[in-house]
Amino acid sequence: MSAQADTTVQNKATPQSVLRLTVNNHPGVLSHVCGLFARRSFNLEGVMIRPLHSTGGQHSRMWLLLNEYDKLEQVMRQTEKLRDVLSVEQHPLEGSVFEKTDGFFAGS
Amino acid sequence: MTDLAQPINASMPTPQAAKRLSGAQLIIQLLERQGITHIAGVPGGANLPMYDALPGSTIKHVLARHEQGAGFIAQGMARVSGQAQVCFASSGPGASNLVTAVADAHLDSVPLIAITGQVPQQMIGTDAFQEIDTFGLMLPITKHNWLVRSAEELLTVIPEAFRIALSGRPGPVSIDVPKDVQNQIIDIDTWPEPGVAAAKPTFEPSAIDAMLRKIREAQRPVLMIGGGIVYADACAQLRSFAEQLDIPSVQTFMGLGVLPHEHPLSLGMLGMHGARYTNYVLEECDLLIGLGVRFDDRATGKVEAFCPKAEIIHVDIDRSEIGKIKNPMLSINADVGEVLAQANAALEPMQRPLWQQRIAQLKTAHPLIKAGEDELFRPYGAIRAVAEILDDEANIATDVGQHQMWVAQAYPFNRPRQWISSGGLGTMGFGMPTAIGMALAQPQRKSICFSGDGSIMMNIQELATAAEENLDVKIIILNNGHLGLVRQQQTLFYQKNLNAVKFQQSVDFAMAAQSMGVKGVDLAQSADPLNDLRAALLEHGPCVINLPIDETEMVYPMVAPGGANADMIGGEA
Repeated sequence: MSAQADTTVQNKATPQSVLRLTVNNHPGVLSHVCGLFARRSFNLEGVMIRPLHSTGGQHSRMWLLLNEYDKLEQVMRQTEKLRDVLSVEQHPLEGSVFEKTDGFFAGS
Repeated sequence: MTDLAQPINASMPTPQAAKRLSGAQLIIQLLERQGITHIAGVPGGANLPMYDALPGSTIKHVLARHEQGAGFIAQGMARVSGQAQVCFASSGPGASNLVTAVADAHLDSVPLIAITGQVPQQMIGTDAFQEIDTFGLMLPITKHNWLVRSAEELLTVIPEAFRIALSGRPGPVSIDVPKDVQNQIIDIDTWPEPGVAAAKPTFEPSAIDAMLRKIREAQRPVLMIGGGIVYADACAQLRSFAEQLDIPSVQTFMGLGVLPHEHPLSLGMLGMHGARYTNYVLEECDLLIGLGVRFDDRATGKVEAFCPKAEIIHVDIDRSEIGKIKNPMLSINADVGEVLAQANAALEPMQRPLWQQRIAQLKTAHPLIKAGEDELFRPYGAIRAVAEILDDEANIATDVGQHQMWVAQAYPFNRPRQWISSGGLGTMGFGMPTAIGMALAQPQRKSICFSGDGSIMMNIQELATAAEENLDVKIIILNNGHLGLVRQQQTLFYQKNLNAVKFQQSVDFAMAAQSMGVKGVDLAQSADPLNDLRAALLEHGPCVINLPIDETEMVYPMVAPGGANADMIGGEA
């Protein structure tokens, strides 16, 4: 029990990172990004993707919430290699899509 | 023509010069425009339109007996030439059989283009006959992959596939083409430019100065040279760089042949089966310059204990490799050939007599022990005999296992792309079909495959392909009746609890070869084995040579998996 409690505290203490990606909007892009995170054991906590209005649906904005503070540089470099990923930027949690939608994940 | 999927859009006027082609014909013509001369493959229901479009093409098709064989034949062509090469498979089991060869290409950065047939688009997702999610299968083992949704898309996808396979760090791509896309008729009036490698990453010239300064200050520097130098075609620059700065050089498994075997600065292969002196030098080195390497675990051993006294400089074209395993004090994300060319223009030559003296001491005290080098029926003796019969023109492939490590340690490789082996994936069954591909790409060179009695069984069906093409492929089976490297690990690390490593049923490989139209020579039955070996190697045509060795032979030294490179087992002088 105490071990479990410890883990929870630790999880809260782990700094979360937010990545803001611009990607080509066509089938398979989500698979390429999520597949990369799965096979390299990068810890993905949240994903949000929608087409970008400004590009007439050509590009999408993809938001990723990560529990990978130490490996963040490596995560970004691997993600940049994907052919359909046009840009990768770090973004503060404040003002990100995850902060604004937090209420949807309150539970029950 | 009965399978014609979509009529051409009548509202689009057709220019005079337009060519009316099916998607399948378009694929073949785009591949011709890319300079493809050979395609290895296996036909099946979902790629039949491509096979219908092949006759009359300048491309010669090589019919493999298994799709994995086709993948490795294409790899063999790509690995010796550096050019992107193509393999074909049908949907379902055809595609899944290709997976191992594609994954192998991914780990060893080989430009392989896998083109698979897929069930028609309206049937995708219905569990149709021979339907499999090829896109999903290929996704984690390629640089990029596509499911093509229209014939028009092929005009961008095919050149883009070549561009991606050849750009930066090379690697495989896969293109899945539904049958209706292959059958779709479109009008082509302008052809896309063939896909070529993209421009190399730019780097700050000041990084060269910083690197040279660091190297000048170092007392005990070592170059770690890898496959990136082979792929950058930078062996001459590397040699000049090492010689002018007088830096001893360890070679990774993928970097063998970058420096000639007998070069005074070459310390041979590092890591799990490196010579003792090679790994000991790294214990003392104070600056390790990694050039076109990825710090693979077979090279580094336990990472925390690797080069414990050294700062690291890392040059690699793949930015994600920098800092992945080791944090360098200085890194350059660039083509290693361009870095070395600039460095060579800027450097001041120097000598390192003290460090070279220390290296010579270590080399004398802890050399690579090649036990049985004078006996044909012992591993090092067999390899030496083959090397003495051949010259540097021969290309040398291996399968995976003990024989592979003995060849890596002892064969005198003297030029890049002479040594062709499955490094990252360690695929048994790699060697013989790859040697077929080597012979197709460079028929003027002998194509040698060292194999074992375990590995050869994993793609032995391709002997028929070698016979059909009458290629100068020689397969030398170091036959110990066992899965030797597994036996070695059970002996060393599992208290000799030998299990599932002995083949109770042996195979007569000479007879198996003859059954598929390939000459078979069993040196165990030979009155003059060395002469028979020489005759078999020097005449033209495919040949399997069985060479029995003892199952108790071990590859030494050996670092235990997960162990530190300094803690080697065996191979002591």
